[in-house]
Amino acid sequence: MPRRSQDERDFPVKFQRYGAVAGVAVAAALALSACGSDNNSSSSSTASSGSSSGSSASACPSGTLNAAGSTAQANAISQFTKDYQTKCTGVTVNYNANGSGAGVTAFIQKQADFAGSDYSLSTTQAGQVTTAGRCGSGKAVDIPAVAGAIAVIYNVPGVTTSLNLSAKNLAAIFDGTITTWNDAAIVKDNPGVTLPSTKIQPFYRSDTSGTSYNFSNYLNALGGFAAANKQWPGKAGQGAKGSSAVAAKVKSTSGGIGYAEYSYATQNSLTYANVSNAAGAFIKLTQDNASNFIAQAKIEQSGEDTKLAFNYQYSNASAYPNTLVTYEIACGTGNDSTALPLIKGFLNYVVSSTAQSELTGLGYVPLPSAVQTADAAVVNSLS
Amino acid sequence: MSLSHPSPVRKAKNSIAYVVMGLAFVVACVPLVSILWTVIVKGAKDFNGYFLSHSMRNVSENQNSGGAYHAILGTLEQVGIAAVITIPLSLLVAIYLVEYGRGRLAQAVTFFVDVMMGLPSIVAGLFVLSFWLLGLNNKASGFAVSLALLILMMPIAIRSTEEMLRLVSPALREASYALGVSKWRTIVKVVLPTALPGIVTGMMLGIARIMGETAPALLLAGAAESINPNVFQNPQGSLPLFAFNESQNPSAFAVNRGWAAALTLIILVMLLNLIARLIAWWKAPAASR
Amino acid sequence: MSSDTPPAVAEAQDEAPKSSAPRSALTAKAGLGDRIFGGSARGAAVFILILMAAIAGFLIYQSVNAISKDKVDFLTSFTWDPDGNTTANGDAEFGIAAIAWGTLITSALGVLIGAPIAIAIALFITQYVPRTLGTVFGYVVDLLAAVPSVVYGLWGLLVLDQHMSGVSKIIEDVLGWIPMFKTNGTYGSSIFTAGIVLAIMILPIIAAISREIYKQTPREQIEAAYALGATKWEMIRLAVMPYGRSGVTSAIILGFGRALGETIAVAMVLTSVPGLVTRILQPGGNTIAANIATAFADAFTTGRQALIASGMILFLLTLLVNYAARLVIRRSAKKAGA
Repeated sequence: MPRRSQDERDFPVKFQRYGAVAGVAVAAALALSACGSDNNSSSSSTASSGSSSGSSASACPSGTLNAAGSTAQANAISQFTKDYQTKCTGVTVNYNANGSGAGVTAFIQKQADFAGSDYSLSTTQAGQVTTAGRCGSGKAVDIPAVAGAIAVIYNVPGVTTSLNLSAKNLAAIFDGTITTWNDAAIVKDNPGVTLPSTKIQPFYRSDTSGTSYNFSNYLNALGGFAAANKQWPGKAGQGAKGSSAVAAKVKSTSGGIGYAEYSYATQNSLTYANVSNAAGAFIKLTQDNASNFIAQAKIEQSGEDTKLAFNYQYSNASAYPNTLVTYEIACGTGNDSTALPLIKGFLNYVVSSTAQSELTGLGYVPLPSAVQTADAAVVNSLS
Repeated sequence: MSLSHPSPVRKAKNSIAYVVMGLAFVVACVPLVSILWTVIVKGAKDFNGYFLSHSMRNVSENQNSGGAYHAILGTLEQVGIAAVITIPLSLLVAIYLVEYGRGRLAQAVTFFVDVMMGLPSIVAGLFVLSFWLLGLNNKASGFAVSLALLILMMPIAIRSTEEMLRLVSPALREASYALGVSKWRTIVKVVLPTALPGIVTGMMLGIARIMGETAPALLLAGAAESINPNVFQNPQGSLPLFAFNESQNPSAFAVNRGWAAALTLIILVMLLNLIARLIAWWKAPAASR
Repeated sequence: MSSDTPPAVAEAQDEAPKSSAPRSALTAKAGLGDRIFGGSARGAAVFILILMAAIAGFLIYQSVNAISKDKVDFLTSFTWDPDGNTTANGDAEFGIAAIAWGTLITSALGVLIGAPIAIAIALFITQYVPRTLGTVFGYVVDLLAAVPSVVYGLWGLLVLDQHMSGVSKIIEDVLGWIPMFKTNGTYGSSIFTAGIVLAIMILPIIAAISREIYKQTPREQIEAAYALGATKWEMIRLAVMPYGRSGVTSAIILGFGRALGETIAVAMVLTSVPGLVTRILQPGGNTIAANIATAFADAFTTGRQALIASGMILFLLTLLVNYAARLVIRRSAKKAGA
């Protein structure tokens, strides 16, 4: 009867046409989701070829590990992630390098399984962990994992060598009292170097950063700067978010000066300064010098929590005093049961000698072996 | 003063005006050309089959490798879910406003739709962050991004669908009723098909707009370098976020990847725009072409 | 009825005749199908209403919560430290004065630069160029609207900013006696750069709306101007521009509203410098949206609520601006149509 065919006719062909288009779109989407590849193995991933991390029966966990935090250790974690994902193909490690402060916040709010932070948990933060019940009835522990040096990077036209910049001068630069590169104070410390009259453009971390904390700590101890703070307390300059952005800004701004972990300087061919120590001597940034300084740090152990306190008064001529240590912050007890094997597996790898020995090539400093062993014990005891 | 022979001063003003306006057009074209040229030239360096089909798994930032596949898949899934939820919902609401709504409910809905149109995308992201992620204890995922995107798309979709439905001549509806066709059949079989091309255009333009939204992904997608086809669990890549992050990296290889991702995004958005406009043009009555 | 009704899609005009649906009294029966369909439509409307009201309510609640914890005046303080990272006792101290100012001044700059160009383009396309070519040009300008903001940000950061020092220096040399244009010798990442990027972003909106309005200038007025011996430019000044004045004003206000909410492009171009920005050529300035984008990850509970509070202020600003645009239209329609 007409009604039937009416339906077929005035349920317009347009619907069918659009239906066909939609169908093609869905089919294309399905095909698209099957044709991508995670396999980027054209690059040589080095040290982990054929070596086990010591415990031979390490069965690989599987799943996704979500971590967040320090940009200082980001380059190291990136390599460790590569190694670990190659070793354990069923694991995906997502490390969100959004800064130490953001990492700790994410950890406390249960968005991250562990956090990377260049400063250990403060009493306020430990309190927040308890109030939020993040670790059940337990506490979070700091596990020092990646040590490195803070490079004072700069981009001065015509200067390709390492300038001597004392803590006092650096404090003045980042507070805005020294404004040009050929300021008398800088010239005095750098005889024989022609410094242009370019304006100094300081760049600092706009986000809460462990690198900011450690650098301001150094400047406070030896340069009369404001007290150490993860929210950069300097009075001059422009803020950029993350070590990458600071390095990028310094690289593209003539006259720029900033601070970031040493690996950012080496990976981007940026010049960095020799800084002054407690005796007023200028120390070159080498990994050995940084290692010597870090070895002098006082280890404060309370239960499974390990903190390293730098001794800025140590004035050995081969100790570069502007350093940092990144802690991995996880729950001592009360970790999420699905995440626990992933946390332990990955962190075990991070503090292992295999991983630590890669650090030198990446622009970091391996931990003193005593700390490595203590760390391994702590990681094994996580529950 | 002769009416048909303007004085030289007036003639000069006329010519200057012409030149100035032509110049304005050229000035507007300069950034457009610059942007498209930059994106195409710089993006083409890395824009190839490898880039489009590989993720960033096991690739360091300063390596000349890796691709945006995880981000492309993520964006398509996130936008897809947002569209799948928004389209039927906004259709029903628009139908209500045009065909049924008379009283307080319709007024209230119209008021809120108007208000929500002005919601900045980052505030929508903050809402989902505070409520969905932290309030309801969820982790960053592609779905969280979809939620923010659908909050942004909903008012636009409702408004444009409403306009299209109102454009349908009342004579059509009345003719259908005169034949004894029930109201819902009239809407589904007469009004909707008539307005369909316009509705489709509006929806596609809405999708094209939310595809380019970076702010929700920045707040909600988390960090992901590997392919995550599961939009409901675990961080997922996002194309605008990928371009954003790569561009802030000091490594030249990362910046190249950022440009290539931007090129991919522009191509997707332009394609949607083009198809939407083609549909509108194709279906427009011959007289107004 | 066997006629294949042609789809009645017309180009959406600003003053399209709005038809209202005939009442359901025309249908003889309201059967089950109607009840289900009508019910679901109504249900959807109720759902959306509840959803949007809940979103607004949630955001307002969080904002009020944050403001109540603020130790300094929310509307006039320049600092932004809601989590108490640098304050004594970890007190929450935050205020939107500096970032709201940054938002307003970058958007104002965007409109100042973009609006005249957009209007000139609209006039050029509608009055000086043959119709088909005009449509093509119109599409070209509309292409600008389709570019995602992250691409603008990339371009602004990596291309435009590199050239800014040259241009800024020239401007400082010429206009440096005005304090606003003085610098301390550093250029780039400035309000000026952000303003230019915003100008380009809002240009297509203003141009598109103005174009539609100018196209509708009544022919009689145009011909009357010509009949009086006017040159083309005089005709435009006499007939076209006065006719379109309210619509174009409304378009400019809408463009301003769009600029207010722009987040990513501005966040990529500006670096973070605290305090009230007064020099537009040197690095500095922060907007509400860019502040949220950079600070959200660090923000703990109060911090996040404070960001929401600032976002609500931005939302309010956008609402006021959009309402003002609509008021302008309504008032002129009343004058014209009365």
